Amino acid sequence: MLLILLGVPLGAAATLAFVGDRKFAPEINILGSAATFMAGIGLAVEVYMQGPMLAGGKFFFVDAFNVYLSVLTAFVSMTTAIFSRRYMRREREHGRVGHVGMRFYHAMFQLFIFAMLLCLLTNNVGILWISMELATLSTVLLVSLYRTPTAIEAAWKYFILCGVGIAQALFGTVLLYFAAEKVLGEGGDALLWTNLSRVSGSLEPTVLSLAFVFLMVGYGTKVGLVPLHNWLPDAHSEGPTPISAVLSGLLLNIALYALVRCKVLVDGATQTHHAGNIMMGFGLLSIIVAAFSLLRQKDIKRMFSYSSIEHMGIATFAFGLGGPIATFGALLHMLVHSLAKSAIFFTVGHASQMHRTQDMDRIKGLFRGSPLVGWGLMLGVMAIVGMPPFGIFTSEFLILTATMKDAPYLTPFLLLGLGVAFAALIRRVQSMTAGEVPPYQKPLKVAHLPVVLHLTLVLALGFYMPDFLNTWFHTAVELLK
Amino acid sequence: MEGNFWSLAPWGRGLGEGYFQYSDMNLHIAAQINSFLAALVLLTAFGMLVQKRVYGLIHLFAWQGVFLSLNTAIVGFVAGKHHLYISSVLTLSLKVVLLPYILHVLINRLRIRKEVETIVNIPMTMMIGIALVIFSYHLTAPVRELSNLVTRSTLAVALAVVMIGLLMMITRKHAVTQIIGFLALENGLFFAATSATYGMPLVVELGVALDVLIAAFIFGIFFFHIHTTFDTLDVDQMARLKEGD
Repeated sequence: MLLILLGVPLGAAATLAFVGDRKFAPEINILGSAATFMAGIGLAVEVYMQGPMLAGGKFFFVDAFNVYLSVLTAFVSMTTAIFSRRYMRREREHGRVGHVGMRFYHAMFQLFIFAMLLCLLTNNVGILWISMELATLSTVLLVSLYRTPTAIEAAWKYFILCGVGIAQALFGTVLLYFAAEKVLGEGGDALLWTNLSRVSGSLEPTVLSLAFVFLMVGYGTKVGLVPLHNWLPDAHSEGPTPISAVLSGLLLNIALYALVRCKVLVDGATQTHHAGNIMMGFGLLSIIVAAFSLLRQKDIKRMFSYSSIEHMGIATFAFGLGGPIATFGALLHMLVHSLAKSAIFFTVGHASQMHRTQDMDRIKGLFRGSPLVGWGLMLGVMAIVGMPPFGIFTSEFLILTATMKDAPYLTPFLLLGLGVAFAALIRRVQSMTAGEVPPYQKPLKVAHLPVVLHLTLVLALGFYMPDFLNTWFHTAVELLK
Repeated sequence: MEGNFWSLAPWGRGLGEGYFQYSDMNLHIAAQINSFLAALVLLTAFGMLVQKRVYGLIHLFAWQGVFLSLNTAIVGFVAGKHHLYISSVLTLSLKVVLLPYILHVLINRLRIRKEVETIVNIPMTMMIGIALVIFSYHLTAPVRELSNLVTRSTLAVALAVVMIGLLMMITRKHAVTQIIGFLALENGLFFAATSATYGMPLVVELGVALDVLIAAFIFGIFFFHIHTTFDTLDVDQMARLKEGD
């Protein structure tokens, strides 16, 4: 099942590269993503029944932590494929993408999903790095798809900054291997995460704390933590909207996943809270800087990119804080943020296509012009700022509770960040949804299903936590302790 | 013993300390050759830092690849790790032949100016580079103490090459130079892998090489895009994305 899960997107990428800009290419894209999602569900059922498992000669590894992220990745990529069918067709009609661009877009989209799933499922810390780099490389040219000067600038920044950042992570991985080799002997086995976590207590602590600094900077760049976040708002706002949705909703999660996996090893070796403290620092700084940056945004996609930085900051902070409640909160937060943020990007894509602009001052009257888009945006923003009863309220509440208990002096900063972000987003969304319909607004036929599906899930998770998710989260909390 | 001046020198430990398993003489020579090649790699890194001409930069980069590949082969021979030969050949074909060739072709095709300028002046850049080398030695001191490989002392050089590559990317504003800085940084990482651990497992080495190859094609495409859009490869032209107030 695991190999099917990885094979489908890879096969779909090859097929779509071959099919190119035919009429039915978007449908193949959807079909491929749906098959991936089905395989993901199959894998999840298997893991739920049998517990964690190794596959492909210890090369792949599924446990409670990565199984839910894999299903989430497959799910969001499926809904994004549904959303992108109409969206990209319209962009093609508007002449923003050409013939080659469309072929490229579909093939790279599937390759990107493959890279993310490989990243999640691999047991080898080296392959983890390689697939992370592959995920970056496959999206670089998607960011510059429109070939406008700003898009090319954003993609170049993305390419260079993430390339450099992730190179630091490779250095960290080399140091990790250096320490592991002494305990586990040479060869590929010494980089397998399952082996590493088994012997993490006997790894050299000085080397691992040095390695963590490099891993933190490397993967932290990809998570978009302040002050390594410079590339993120540009890359997320200049690319096509479906790509923004998967970059914000999925790729940031994957990078955080890689970081947390490494943190477990470092904690095991050092037996201190050193790595956690670093993560808390970066996380808190990201929350506050991103919240204040939210206030001064004019471009709608840029604003929500900053909101992604803020939420990744919250999750990083919570993982750093450690303890069962905070870790549980962080796991849940990764899930609900991913769902809510991609839903928001879908509606943002609709809104900006209706107005032919991403300038928030020109987007108006969504409630009257197109109620479903307007309400989608409104509810999405309500969810993302952490209003009850949405799932993000639950996760943020858990994280806040844990902070008050373990690090009470940090609570005001956290609250300040959340409060400022709340004010900034609500103020903006009101001006966009309320009011008269401007003359340049054109109503469009759009796919509502993805948005409705995502927001329903976020809402449901605020009320009720399904059993399997609960079990997985508790197992993952044990694992990450 | 640790922490005194001689422990910083490449030959400082080893001698008569019983680290050598079989032929002391051979390993001793190997360690010397390794240090020598490390010095050459560092030298080329500094050379790149001050080289103003694009072609000169590419040649320096190719030379760095030659030293790196040679070093990998020697380490592979001495340590009896045959998978290092594969890495060595891979380095030679990728970083000495293919990448410089691609860069040459691109530069000819795009008719790039032969001169590139630096932002910070050259003596200043050199000073920062030297400071980075010292910093690298300081940072890797705990790791060196733990290792008993022939190559352990070159880890600091590897980190220094990484940092100099980074410095180069910061101080230059030309797209081609930035890419060469990026590739030099990648060389440093490869060097770190060979010197700290006798190379990463082969799967990882191959994967990294694949990523570098894909990156090479991407920046090739990028040069064209940037050139056609901005009419220059000077990345200073790219300053439109700023925070709006």
